[in-house]
Amino acid sequence: MAVVEAIDLHRTYRTSTGTFRRKWKDVEAVRGVSFEIGEGELFGLLGPNGAGKTTTIKMLITLLIPTSGTARVLGHDVVKDAREVRKSIGYVFGGERGVYERLSGYDNLRYFAELYGVPPKRIRPRIDELLELVGLRGREQERAEGYSRGMKQRLHIARGLLHDPPVVFLDEPTIGLDPIGARELRATVASLAQAGKTILLTTHYMFEADALCDRIAVINRGQIVAEGTPTDLKQRVADGTVVEVEVFGVPEGTVKRVRGLSGVLSVSVEEREQAQVIIVQTRADVELTQGILGTLDGANVGRISRREPTLEDAYVALVAEQ
Amino acid sequence: MRILRLLWVGWKFHVKSLTLSAFFILTSILQPIIFASVAYFMFRTGAREGTLLYVALGAGMMGIWSSTLFGSGGAIQWQRWQGTLEYCIAVPPPFLLVILPLTLATATIGLYSLTATLVWGWLFFDVPLEVADPLAFAVALPVAVVGLGLLGLILASTFVMYRNANALSNLLEYPVWLVTGLLVSLSLMPGWVGPISWVLAPTWGVNALREAAIAGNPWPEIGMCLALGAVYLVIGHFALQHFERLARERATLSLT
Ligand SMILES: Nc1ncnc2c1ncn2[C@@H]1O[C@H](COP(=O)(O)OP(=O)(O)OP(=O)(O)O)[C@@H](O)[C@H]1O
Ligand SMILES: [Mg+2]
Repeated sequence: MAVVEAIDLHRTYRTSTGTFRRKWKDVEAVRGVSFEIGEGELFGLLGPNGAGKTTTIKMLITLLIPTSGTARVLGHDVVKDAREVRKSIGYVFGGERGVYERLSGYDNLRYFAELYGVPPKRIRPRIDELLELVGLRGREQERAEGYSRGMKQRLHIARGLLHDPPVVFLDEPTIGLDPIGARELRATVASLAQAGKTILLTTHYMFEADALCDRIAVINRGQIVAEGTPTDLKQRVADGTVVEVEVFGVPEGTVKRVRGLSGVLSVSVEEREQAQVIIVQTRADVELTQGILGTLDGANVGRISRREPTLEDAYVALVAEQ
Repeated sequence: MRILRLLWVGWKFHVKSLTLSAFFILTSILQPIIFASVAYFMFRTGAREGTLLYVALGAGMMGIWSSTLFGSGGAIQWQRWQGTLEYCIAVPPPFLLVILPLTLATATIGLYSLTATLVWGWLFFDVPLEVADPLAFAVALPVAVVGLGLLGLILASTFVMYRNANALSNLLEYPVWLVTGLLVSLSLMPGWVGPISWVLAPTWGVNALREAAIAGNPWPEIGMCLALGAVYLVIGHFALQHFERLARERATLSLT
């Protein structure tokens, strides 16, 4: 049985502008999203900013009511049986907001332990376990306002796990963490998956999704555009090659001209310190390096390399197709 | 048992959080001084009836009301701003059990305001602090706080839904002072004020305190305050349920 089921979820936001003559505008944030997550699966939801990832998660964790469609967690409807759903899930939004700043980390956890009905005798040991897990041991008596961003984020993880929920939702849990902190957090997520928890994770870091997720859905403008294992997704562009050209000052119109070359699947430009890198995915059977250089109008070119596609390339291709 | 525990832990948590706020500390030092002075001068000029203590008690209750109003409303606004509202709502217990400790905590904090007003009055204006019936007073005090906290609960429910409910709390500060007879004796107010004041639990709470202070019979007032409080509890429960659902429909729980 699927632990998390989303069936044709839609969500529209109404926003207004102007104070006196209000104009209402509807934003269709999620437009027909369906997926299933099996027991013990680590499912990744990837997509550009504003794609509808957070909105989808908020519907699943009962914070938003879907405009239409249904969703179930462990068989409980997220609208009708919200209470049952809430008992069995933990959720964490990335970022530092959402802690009671004036109180200590310990007080924060203590309060939520009560809200989640952790048995009184278990509260202290459970908090100690979690402080150990997220590496906040020894800092728990300090006021949370003095915590660094990463510490607050780890406090959130601990809070989300207090009642040992079988299903966990993590919305960009590693955002803003330093590389070591992010790595530790990935290890924590992996160990949760190991322990048999069902996890939905969103992230903007493709290597993270590649390393952690059993299955991935790519969402763009409120719709799922691809779904599969990381390997599946890479295979979609696997019969291609990636050419990266370092350029010092990309001439105007280059991207358009490169896109016009036959055999090009997608083009993106990445800013580096001194230069930009044009990343071109091409079909495997064409050799486009010369063609690409030809579009550059004699701009100063640095390193040129060819490589196998990564999950990030697959993602860029999928999102660019739209 | 579980429910009582949850209320107790939540109340302690919020009292601690509120007392650590700089804004709170500032207002609860300044406000009682102002209230005590106002009460004293009004008493002097003969605008108010009763003993000086009677007047000071009313002034102290004004502090409790302000603290409840800004506390319950503001606390929800603050939680939205802080991002904790979204974490508090999607928890298994009914929303009432999450919000009630908060509004009770703000009313309790207001108790400090009452005490401070009385102490200032005693220090500077010779307000006598003898209470005729200490036992009744000791009962009436928590009852008054609970009455205020429960009224705060109903207010709080609107804040869950509306992101700009601050205007409402500003709007309600003075009218409730007047209507409940905190500021000016009710006998000086127009007739239609009476019925409104009767359905407000704090009216009965402050009357109970006054009766206890001047050796009257505070028990009927205590009973009324509790009875109205019970009604508020029921209304508050449904209002919160309703507004919580509306907030989830209209996405007003967070700022983004
Ligand atoms: N409360 C809201 N009111 C109005 N519009 C909203 C609200 N929340 C989100 N939106 C809009 O809905 C769309 C989807 O937003 P959502 O936060 O779900 O995206 P996301 O995939 O999580 O993006 P990101 O990667 O930036 O976190 C966006 O266009 C956003 O502007
Ligand atoms: Mg998001």
